[in-house]
Amino acid sequence: MRGILVVLKKEIRENLRDRKAVFNSLLLAPILFPVLLIGMTWLGTSAQTERAERVLEVPVVGAEQAPNLTRYLEQQGMVVKPAPEDPEALVRSQKEPVIIRIPETFGEQWRAGRPAEIEVIIDPSRPESDIPTSRVKRLLRGYSLEIGMLRLQMRGVSPNVMSPLLIRDVDLSTPQSRGMLIMLFLPYILMITAFMGGMHLAIDTTAGEKERRSLEPLLINPVPRWQIMMGKLLATGVFGMASLVLTLLAFRITLPYLPLAALGVDLGLGVAAMVGILLVVAPVALMAAALLTVLATYAKSFREAQSYMGLVVLIPMIPTLMFMSNPVKPEASMMPIPLFSQNLLIGELVRGEAVPLQWLLYSAGGTLLLAFALMAFAATLFSRPRVVFSDS
Amino acid sequence: MIEVKNLHKSFGKVKAVNGMTFEARDGEITGLLGPNGAGKTTTLRMLYSLLPPDEGDIRIDGLDPTKDAMAIKTTLGVVPDSRGLYNRLTARENIQYFGELHNLSKPTMEERIESLATTLDMGEFIDRKTEGFSQGQRVKVAIARAMVHQPQTVLMDEPTNGLDVMSTRALREYIRSLKENGQSVVLSTHIMQEVAALCDRIVIIAKGKVAAMGTVDELISRSGCDTIEDAFVQLIGSEEGLMA
Repeated sequence: MRGILVVLKKEIRENLRDRKAVFNSLLLAPILFPVLLIGMTWLGTSAQTERAERVLEVPVVGAEQAPNLTRYLEQQGMVVKPAPEDPEALVRSQKEPVIIRIPETFGEQWRAGRPAEIEVIIDPSRPESDIPTSRVKRLLRGYSLEIGMLRLQMRGVSPNVMSPLLIRDVDLSTPQSRGMLIMLFLPYILMITAFMGGMHLAIDTTAGEKERRSLEPLLINPVPRWQIMMGKLLATGVFGMASLVLTLLAFRITLPYLPLAALGVDLGLGVAAMVGILLVVAPVALMAAALLTVLATYAKSFREAQSYMGLVVLIPMIPTLMFMSNPVKPEASMMPIPLFSQNLLIGELVRGEAVPLQWLLYSAGGTLLLAFALMAFAATLFSRPRVVFSDS
Repeated sequence: MIEVKNLHKSFGKVKAVNGMTFEARDGEITGLLGPNGAGKTTTLRMLYSLLPPDEGDIRIDGLDPTKDAMAIKTTLGVVPDSRGLYNRLTARENIQYFGELHNLSKPTMEERIESLATTLDMGEFIDRKTEGFSQGQRVKVAIARAMVHQPQTVLMDEPTNGLDVMSTRALREYIRSLKENGQSVVLSTHIMQEVAALCDRIVIIAKGKVAAMGTVDELISRSGCDTIEDAFVQLIGSEEGLMA
């Protein structure tokens, strides 16, 4: 056991002296992610308010077919632009987000009292057209409703006949639970930090040691090889954990500067939540260290190891992508699944929910089990001549 | 004292060591001489228990490296073919790391590092980071870290490889002093002058086997040649891989 400590101490000391290692492992994530998040939130809110408050300018084809409707739209503050030659081409080439077309049949249908057709030309695959589109549709629906009520009144029917239901939202979300962006990204950022923090060390202590040709002399020392491997693996885990702590602290410091108020959201990262998150993610740091070390040990050189690492960063993305397209309700049965459970639990903690102790234990247990399996495998690697002597 | 009997090791179809038998006594310097690829490094790796032999027996002071790897490693000092140092650590820290892995107490270790620094003339650079060290300085650090636990048996793979004349002379001096202490020294080399200048006994290796064994004089007289170089060529039966 003493061997583990000697190796652990030396790897940490050596890598703390390496500016590149310290920056990549300890400082990159805590600086990058909060800045990224602030930037994204800020851009998102400002773009949203701008689009929602800007004067709506929409070309209308065949405005002369429906002068009353056109006048209504202008009264509502919309600027009616002259009809273009080829409206479809304009929308397709993204010059206009939305164009209204009133077909020639409009007047006939209208006079006959049938629903008169009106076309809204849009390209829904362009997210920036969402807001103008919904504003235009809201205006058209408003007009439709107003005329409909007038027609009913003219026939002596109460307009209430048309509204059998009155739907009212009762909003139960807490202010915290509205921090959607953070809720989606914080778990992902923390997972990736647990991986990224240990990456440089995992490579340096294994593939790097081989490349420097210092592995063979090291293994001649009277310390069991599994102890040497564990010392290295744990050093990687320590760096991953340190990176996590620093990233969480960075979030705690920067959260007050997030323009969350503009979104009607109040998100606190209290000390209790932070400690909870750290406890939840700690097993991931160990599992990541074991996985990274195993992969890097197989590599012959620093460069080869780095190319493997590029793929490993994708692993923590899997749960995030899945939850983005298919949100699930946390349940005890999901808790033993590594990465998924942490993703869900961090969400719960940030939302300020009370998390059952059983879930925490399942989550830690499942992830640690995988971590120990990987560690046991790693422990055998230095006993394989093919791994140790990559030159022969 | 090293005894090797009928040692075999193959990598796939390649027979790197094919029935090697020799011994190395205490208080003597034994040279494993052979062309590149003759099996010297593989033999040494089996001696310091980094590779398990396929067949055959090894005893180092009566211990078997396949069974008592840990015990053997505490009595062995090895300067392997790979001399990688940790560039971000100083020479002293490099040596301390190995001392700690040998479980030496701090005062003992400091005392020995001081004495090694004097013997190997490392005083000038002992507290500098090894980044940018010359080949000679690197070999000195590699030797010091292999000797910090005062091993009874010393194995060196091509110890003077890449050294200039002055460093080579100093290193030979040091190796002779080990022998005077009664330690057993085994070095592998493909350099003829090294053998002639240093070794008490020579084991000539070719194609994984011992081609001939004995003192310099014995080998010369047995081959009927005038110089050890001619004797070597004659005994291994080719000039392949030779370097004067």
